Parts: sequence; C-alpha cells; structure tokens
Amino acid sequence: MLSVTGLTKTFPGARALDGVDLSVGPGEVHALIGENGAGKSTLIKLLTGVYRPDAGEIVLQGRPVRFATPLEAQHAGISTIYQEVNLVPLMSVARNLFLGREPRGRLGLIDFGRMHREADEALRALGLRVDVRRPLRSLGVGAQQMVALARAMAADARLVVMDEPTSSLEPREVRTLFGVIRALRERGIAVIYVSHRLDELYEVCDTVTVLRDGKRVHTGLLAGLNRLSLVSLMLGRELGEARAATTGARASGGEPVLEARDLTVRHSLHGVSVSVRPGEVVGLGGLLGSGRSETARAIAGALPPDSGQVLVAGLPVRTGSTPAAIRAGISLLPEDRKAEGIVPGLSVRENIALAALPGLARFGLVDDARVDRVVDTFVKRLRIKTAGPHQKVGELSGGNQQKVLLARWLAMRPKVMLLDEPTRGIDVGAKAEVRRLIDELADEGLGVVLISSDMEELIEGSDRVVVLKDGAVVAELTGTEVTEERLLRAIASEGTRAPEPTGAPEPLEVAERAGAARSPDADRRDRP
Amino acid sequence: MTTVETGDSVGTRAGSVPTAEEPPGAGRAERLSALAQRHGALVTLILVAAAASIGFDTFATGDNLENMAVSSAFLAVVALGMTFVIITGGIDLSVGSLFALGGVLAAWGSQYGTAVALLLPLAVCGLIGLVNGLLIARARLAPFIVTLAAMLLARGVLLSVTDEGSTTYLVDETSFFARLGQDTLLGIGVPVWITVALFVLGAVALRRSRFGQYVYAVGGNEDAAALMGAPVARTKIAVYTLSGLCAGLAGALNAAWLVSGVTILGAGMELEAISAVVIGGTLLTGGFGFISGSLVGVLLLKVIQNVINQIGSLDSAYQQVVSGAFLAVVVIAQTWLGRRRRML
Repeated sequence: MLSVTGLTKTFPGARALDGVDLSVGPGEVHALIGENGAGKSTLIKLLTGVYRPDAGEIVLQGRPVRFATPLEAQHAGISTIYQEVNLVPLMSVARNLFLGREPRGRLGLIDFGRMHREADEALRALGLRVDVRRPLRSLGVGAQQMVALARAMAADARLVVMDEPTSSLEPREVRTLFGVIRALRERGIAVIYVSHRLDELYEVCDTVTVLRDGKRVHTGLLAGLNRLSLVSLMLGRELGEARAATTGARASGGEPVLEARDLTVRHSLHGVSVSVRPGEVVGLGGLLGSGRSETARAIAGALPPDSGQVLVAGLPVRTGSTPAAIRAGISLLPEDRKAEGIVPGLSVRENIALAALPGLARFGLVDDARVDRVVDTFVKRLRIKTAGPHQKVGELSGGNQQKVLLARWLAMRPKVMLLDEPTRGIDVGAKAEVRRLIDELADEGLGVVLISSDMEELIEGSDRVVVLKDGAVVAELTGTEVTEERLLRAIASEGTRAPEPTGAPEPLEVAERAGAARSPDADRRDRP
Repeated sequence: MTTVETGDSVGTRAGSVPTAEEPPGAGRAERLSALAQRHGALVTLILVAAAASIGFDTFATGDNLENMAVSSAFLAVVALGMTFVIITGGIDLSVGSLFALGGVLAAWGSQYGTAVALLLPLAVCGLIGLVNGLLIARARLAPFIVTLAAMLLARGVLLSVTDEGSTTYLVDETSFFARLGQDTLLGIGVPVWITVALFVLGAVALRRSRFGQYVYAVGGNEDAAALMGAPVARTKIAVYTLSGLCAGLAGALNAAWLVSGVTILGAGMELEAISAVVIGGTLLTGGFGFISGSLVGVLLLKVIQNVINQIGSLDSAYQQVVSGAFLAVVVIAQTWLGRRRRML
C-alpha cells in the first residue's frame, strides 16, 4: 500500500528526518511513535504533501509519488486528521465537511439540500447528531474532531494518517474513533496512528515504528513488544544501564515553598499535585504529552486550570494569571526558548532587565545604574559568555541564551523556578554548565521544578521525581528510588484509566488521588 | 488571530458542556446575535430612511431617491469587489485610484467605441488587481502594503495620462457608452440595473459556488484551508483581480454617467468602500460576511450623506463625522457581538 524508503528532510540547522523507511499494508493499523523532535511530525508532513523530501522515495500503491500540495496527497488517497482541529470554525459543519467537493447541481451551483443530507448521514454514521447548518465552532472540540474524521473518510482515502487524534476526545468519542478505525481496517484501508498514549496503541494498532532523533530505531509487531521495551526504545535507554542518582542529599525537611493541589485542566491534567521544598529539585517525569509542560504552565499561571490550587509559602496564588504568579515568586523558563523567551534583537542587558524593569524603575523612569549592577551581577554569576552587556542576544550560543533567560527570571528574585527543558538544543558542555547552575541555585534555597526528556538529566538533577502519565500523577520516586529502571517502569505502567499496575513486577506507588480526583470528571463525561 | 481565540473559547466552553449539543439557551442567544450582525445595518437603514422621509419633504421624492440610487451604484460596485477581498481576510486600498483611472481610461477610450471604453479600463484595472493578488498570494507580501503601492502607482498613471490632471477627456453624449450611464429603464438608471445584476451574480458566486466556499475558508482559517486542499493562492489572486475589475468597471460607468473622465474622483473611496462592507456586517478579520450587507452599507452611507445635505444649516463636512462615528459604532457592536458569541 504505502512504502517509504530513505526519506530525508533537513531544515536549516537540523536534520529532522534521516533516511527513514516505513511500509504499511492494506488494512494495517501502524503506530508511529517517538519523543519530541524524533521526526514524527516531519514524516507525516512529508506523507501529506505539506513538505517535500530532500531525498528518499514515497511509493503509494506501487507507484512513486511526489506531492507538491496537500491537495495532491488527498487526490492520491491520503487523508489526514491533525491533532489540532484543522477546519474553519466560522463555516457551517456541512460546508467544512464538503469543502472542495461540494455536490453540485445545475449551472455548477452547490446543491445545499443534498449536501446537508449527506453531511447529516456521514456524521450519524459516526454517532454524532448535530445540526449541520450550524457554524462548526458551536460544536465542542471532540465533535469538531469527529467532523474532521468524517471529512477524512468521505474523501475515499486509501491511507488515513491520524496525528494524535484522541488528544481532545472524550472516552466515549475515543470508543467511536476506535470503532471507525476497525471499520477502516476491514475495508482494507491503511491507517498510520500517532499517539503518546500507549494504552491506545496496544488497543488498536497492529504494528509499530519507533523514531528517535530523526532515525527509525524499530519496526515490528506491536503484540510482540512489551511496554517497557517500547518506552526504552523511544527514550533510547537500555534497562540495566541504570545508574543511581548522585544527588538526593539535599535537605528534604521544611515547609514546602510551592504546593500545587489537584490541578485539573480539561483534556490535559487530572488532579495533579506537586510540592517543592526550598532547596529541592523536583523532576517531572513522563513521556511527551503526559502533562509535564501543562503542569508547569498551570502553576505559572500561563494555563488557567479548571480547578485546583497553587500555594507559595502557604499562601494561595490566583491561578490563571502570570503576573500574580510572578508576584508570588514563581518563574517559568518556557520550553520554547526562541518563541516564548528571548528577544534576539535586544541586547543581553535589555533581555535580562526586561521582566525586572518595573522593579528597577522609579517614577516610571529606569534607573540605569541599578540595571547595570543587576546585569553585571548575573553575567558574572551565571558565567554568561558575551562580548559585553550590549551584545545582541541573538548572537550568543544556545547555552548562553538560556543563561540570559535564567538571569532574567533570577533578577525577579523568585522563590520557585520552573524549568521546562532547560538544556534542549544546547551543546554538551553548556548542558553540564546549566545543570551545575541549577544545583547551585537549589543549594542557595531556591525551589526548582525540572522538566526534561533527557532521562539522565532528570535522574541526576532531581532529588525527587513525580511521574506523570496521561495528565495524572502515577508515581513519585524519592531518594534511592530515583533510578532509570524505576522511572521507565512507572512510565510504561498500565493506563491510568484503569489504575492497576499489573504489568510491573513490583508494585508502584500509584497515587490514589489521581484516580479519586478523576471520578467526578468521569461522571460528567458519562452524561449523554 | 481570531481563529486562535475561537479555538480557545470553544475549548473552554466545552469545559462545562461535555456533549456535542449546546444548551438551548446558548443556541438562541447565538442566533439572536447572529441575526443582529446580519440585519443590524438593514434595520438601521430602514429607521434612518423612515425618519428622513418624515423629517424632510424633499427626501422621499422620486428625484432624490433616483439620484441617491445612481450615486450609490458606483460605490456599490467597488464595495462588491471589496467584500470578496475582506472575507478572505485581506484589504484592497487601490480601488479608489483604480476607480479614477478606470473613469479616465473609459472616457479616453470612448472615442474608439463602447467596446474599448468598457474593455480598456477593465483590462488595465483587472491587470493591476491581478498583480496585487500575485504579490500577496505568491510573494506573501502584506495586502495593506501591496495595495497601497498599487494605489500610488495607479494615481501616478492617471496623472501621466491626463497631463498632470490638466486634460479632461469627454465622452460624446450621443454615443452608446454615454447612454449606458445616462439612460433609464422603467424609470431607473441603467447603472443601477447593472449594479443590481452584479450583486445578484456576486451573491450567487459567494454563496452557491465552490469558489465562494474557498473565499470563506481562506478568510476563516488559511492554514486549515490549505490542509483541506483549498487552492489558497488562486483564491486570493482571484479576489484581488475581481476587486480591480469591479473598481475599473465602476469608474467606467461613472465616466459614462458624468460624460467625462474626472481625474479628481476616487480619493478616499477605498475607505468609503471598506466602511460600507464593514457596516454591512462583514468581519474585517475575514471568514464571515455577505454581499447583500455591503449593498445595505453603501445605501446607509449615502442616505446619511443625503440627510446631512438636506439639513441646509449643517456643513457638509459633518457627513464625514457622522459616517465615521457610525462606522465606529458598528465595529464596536461587531466586536461585542463577536465576543458574546464566542463566550456562549
């Protein structure tokens, strides 16, 4: 059906995909998995005509194809459902469903009667009853995703690519989706299924391809692969290679400086609780999409939680407000340094002073001498390698850019720092440097929450690791428990949707509150 | 940006309502605000016109109405093209200059016959519109800048054709071309009939053709439209070309009506056209709008102008003040309605 060989795609500065092979037969449901930056999205975009490959070949039903546009891929029989609903919210459900292939009557004019009828039938087949004349945005996200699904199916596809289709679906809708996937399989249609939820993969997929760092590391039957091996393949860590944590010696007494209680955000977090004591580094473990970044963002006020509390030094902080969080002493170093952090065109000095400016100004005028003192202190203290405080940040190396960001937030005198992938995209030497800085800061009494996809970094850097899965805490490892093996097992444990760690030889500390906090949510979902 | 906001709010709303169906109350409120957005301008037009007919004996006379209809026709044709552009999320600032250029080219061309008088402005203005579209869709330049450049360029061409505006080309009053602007059919001016016909065509194209669906899709969410296989670039090129054609044709009809190519016309007309489209309920951010609304918007602007002219004591400069204030009210109302609908 589909056969891909040696597919390569290079972006400026990074090889996103490196000689990847993939083949999917008719009626096969093929799981495609990998961590952030593994090349999944690039592969999908190459298959669906959004990008064009630098090298390699895509063969569809025996014929080599090159897609210039998504439309060509669709005409060739490849349909795609994206993680984010990619439809037009202001247009009606039926118009979205039929855009580009509206039934036409006399004079080439659209036959709305027929279109609405057919749209209604197509959606009913998926168990969705809505007025198809209403604008798409009047539907919930799950229902919108079902419309996208209906659109993909109606296009007479030979291959359906699903990129995390369940990330915004209710359990009931997930069931419908799986039913649809099984129906597709019976009709001999191939499916490529991308998801981070291992439970889902084992439920619907036949085969699996694991990508890591742009390369294919494994292809095979899913049934012959246990969860632990799958997670090891994704993260690139072998069992037995595990090393004990080198830290953990720091004081674990004292009142927590940060306490997050039962943070719940629809579709992403289900009652997550985390507490950090002064001088402690708490790691957030889990796969991509497990809710690590969402937890940090919810704590820092960047993601308004539906319920839950954040307390700093025992005092509640208004949630959903970044200024309130910053005033309370919470700083977030975001995951995407370029998009959410540095201002490359501004100088080192300006970048550091940016957030702290209100505190450094008097009567609305910036006190230059004070800014200089602050900047000078941090450049020395964080060992930022720069030609001078007036050098543009865009000219610095990735590691030094990250230090400038750290300096910006430290200048705010935070009580807690949330670091989301602080060493991503910086070279090895700078990584070690940033890690040492984190340790130093903690030694000085700062509470730190560390998020990292790098297992080694997480284990060596953290005193305690809270393991997340599907938006809920599944385990908490402290002291000598912080090992790769324990972490991998916790991540690979059976789904939280049925929280019994049957697969693991030794019982894990499954946080009961995860299940308890989810039950009201579950009730609400069951409402017809 | 709008689409992002919409996405978010759908998410939050879904947070409280797990089913695909909305609670009935929200549906009703949504329909009401949609209705207000759709027919607000029409209701206002009727109210203003009714008040004017009661207040001024001279308002509802045949002559005055006919005069308003014909003078509205030219702006309406320009606004027709603009409606397509704005629904795709774009803007066309060149139409005022193209309107004037079209008029001058038509007047000059009328000496060679009606066909030249009509086709020359259409060809030139259509071409400029096409270039606008190519630069915006293929070179991905900002519509504001591209059409601003075209506006200056067209004005420059106009000045060079008319020797810095000192030459005014006249149309032979007995020619068929002049009759297109001057004659009446069933007591209504030919330009009005042409305008009505174009609006019917435009409305059908927008609502009932596949092209129209693409126009809405591109404006509603360009990335999604591209992923769904809509020809985004071709759609954009088409709407700017259409806008150029409309402006050129409106200029030509205006020249036929005035029996001369007046060079000073059209300044600020692009803003009038944009105002009319927005007052008519089309969202400046794209993705939502309708042809009939733009017609109502044009009529409303013209009626307000007429009413202020009727109040002899008021300076005609107040036309602009009232039109501006009205536009501000409409935009505020639209934003408010839009926000309400999103919050429901």
